[in-house]
Amino acid sequence: MAHYVAPKQSKISQLFDVAVLLALTFGALYLPLLLKLAGGGKSVPDGAPTTWEGMGQNATEIAQYNALGFTDPAAVADIINARFDYSFSWGALILMFVIIVGYYVMMLRLSDREYRDVISEKFDK
Amino acid sequence: MANFDITSKERDGMGPHGTQVGLLRVLGPAHVWALGVGIVLVGEYMGWNFAVGKGGAYAALVACWFAGILYTCVAMIDSEVTSTVAAAGGQYTQAKHIIGPLMAFNVGLYLVFAYTMLEAANAITAGYLISQVAALTGYAGTLDQQPFIVLAIVFLAWLNYRGVLATLTFNLVITAIAFSAIIILFLATSGVFGGGMMRHADLMADNAALPYGWIGILAAMHFGLWYYLGIEGTTQAAEEVRSPARALPFGTLAGIMTLLIAATLTWYVCTGLIPWEYLGDGTNGSVAPLFDAARLTGSQPLVWLLGVGTLFATLASANGCINDASRAWFALGRDKYLPGWFGAVHPRFRTPYRSIVFLVPIALAFALKVPLDQVITFSILSGLLEYTFMPLNMILFRRKWPMGKIKRGYEHPFHPLPALTLLALCAITFVAVFLGYGTQLVAMIAFYIVASLWFHFWRYRFVNRGAQFTMPWPRPEGY
Repeated sequence: MAHYVAPKQSKISQLFDVAVLLALTFGALYLPLLLKLAGGGKSVPDGAPTTWEGMGQNATEIAQYNALGFTDPAAVADIINARFDYSFSWGALILMFVIIVGYYVMMLRLSDREYRDVISEKFDK
Repeated sequence: MANFDITSKERDGMGPHGTQVGLLRVLGPAHVWALGVGIVLVGEYMGWNFAVGKGGAYAALVACWFAGILYTCVAMIDSEVTSTVAAAGGQYTQAKHIIGPLMAFNVGLYLVFAYTMLEAANAITAGYLISQVAALTGYAGTLDQQPFIVLAIVFLAWLNYRGVLATLTFNLVITAIAFSAIIILFLATSGVFGGGMMRHADLMADNAALPYGWIGILAAMHFGLWYYLGIEGTTQAAEEVRSPARALPFGTLAGIMTLLIAATLTWYVCTGLIPWEYLGDGTNGSVAPLFDAARLTGSQPLVWLLGVGTLFATLASANGCINDASRAWFALGRDKYLPGWFGAVHPRFRTPYRSIVFLVPIALAFALKVPLDQVITFSILSGLLEYTFMPLNMILFRRKWPMGKIKRGYEHPFHPLPALTLLALCAITFVAVFLGYGTQLVAMIAFYIVASLWFHFWRYRFVNRGAQFTMPWPRPEGY
């Protein structure tokens, strides 16, 4: 393989590359938050109880909450009553795996193409 | 067999990149342990308890042990590959030599994001802890945590800027104190010496044991990673240890053993003292569970000890994360995967100072603006993508350079069992992440796909081809 000589990159172009990468980074990490698509939230059912007995807390649990400084059960009712909803769509799960596998396949293929050039230039004298 | 001997103590083989000054080779196995455990131990002090919220106390224990198996595989694979590919950048440099440039670019980004987000999470916890200390010492108002978050990140970045030996010696001391605090809390509360305070039977009675059933165990795997996330960061010290072949496997494997002990003790103490709903809510409930457990003992010395332990654990982790993220960013710059400007070493302190400084505002942007569980999720997702790469890397490493072809600093047993186990556990964890954080996962993968295309079709033109391969190995088989 002919020896590849990388072009010299101007300072402006280098700055632009960093800006692109940062924009992509902040976009990927902040967009789900800004669009309120970030998951993970629990929800409290309507009309959930706010007494120790109603929330099913036994004597030990009540004592521990008291020791943590919560003598009023209403103050921790949202924490105790909140639950995750784990219902999901099989189609969405399969789609997620297709995306993950597709991502790795794409990377391995493109990487392998680049790698062959590297090895060829390194070892073919 | 290549003539090159990786186990040689005289080795200083990272010259070909063209840098005038190299990183300083001053670290020993204890520093490697301090880097790995220092980054991770904060996971015992905060964050792991989201796993309790996801599935209950037993689910968090199952997740703790399954994640422990996952990370044991990570440590075994890392120990073999890194003790052979001993260069800054860790898994990035491994990918560059074993799989190819695009994979390496992606792995470099995984590393930077995992550590930068973890650093942000640590700073958030440090700010929270200081506000708690203010409240406990009689401050009546609401303390603004943001100045302390900024102070923590800037101070540690300055320490990293000044030199790696001081940075990781500092980590060694504060990590040892934080680990000792967990042991002391366990001894004081478990009843080993009498007077046990554990209330597992009452706190895990009826529905509290497994509130969501088996799907809760699966969901808990997401935050189960937090018990150990970052142990793979020991590899970033590869170019700065005196003896990579000895220090890296020893420090990494000792580190994972330390963490398995710390994680199990932490689960035992916290679930035996704190009601699961409060423990499992790391945002509005127990932000710092070991500290809360100490408060529940009613012992003032334990409260102070675990307060100090929590603060030290967060600082040690943020410190190690700055160290690791900057090495990965530096390595990307040195190879021109990013602008070469980042590949500079400070002429006096011998640190990747430009990378250290550049990443400070990025960490601050997330520490000041994003909730803790989201920051943790971003870190876990990048880590998970990295762990999925590792078995592929290991299998190709053994295939391209079979045993005996090059000298390895360490050879892990039972290949390919650890690689396949790791791959299976990663698949399970992807499902766990999907149960609640699927949008972030897809957004992150979309980012990596776009970034990959940008690299392949634009950025890679500035990278010299053969010069990327810096290890003195023979030609890989099949190429």
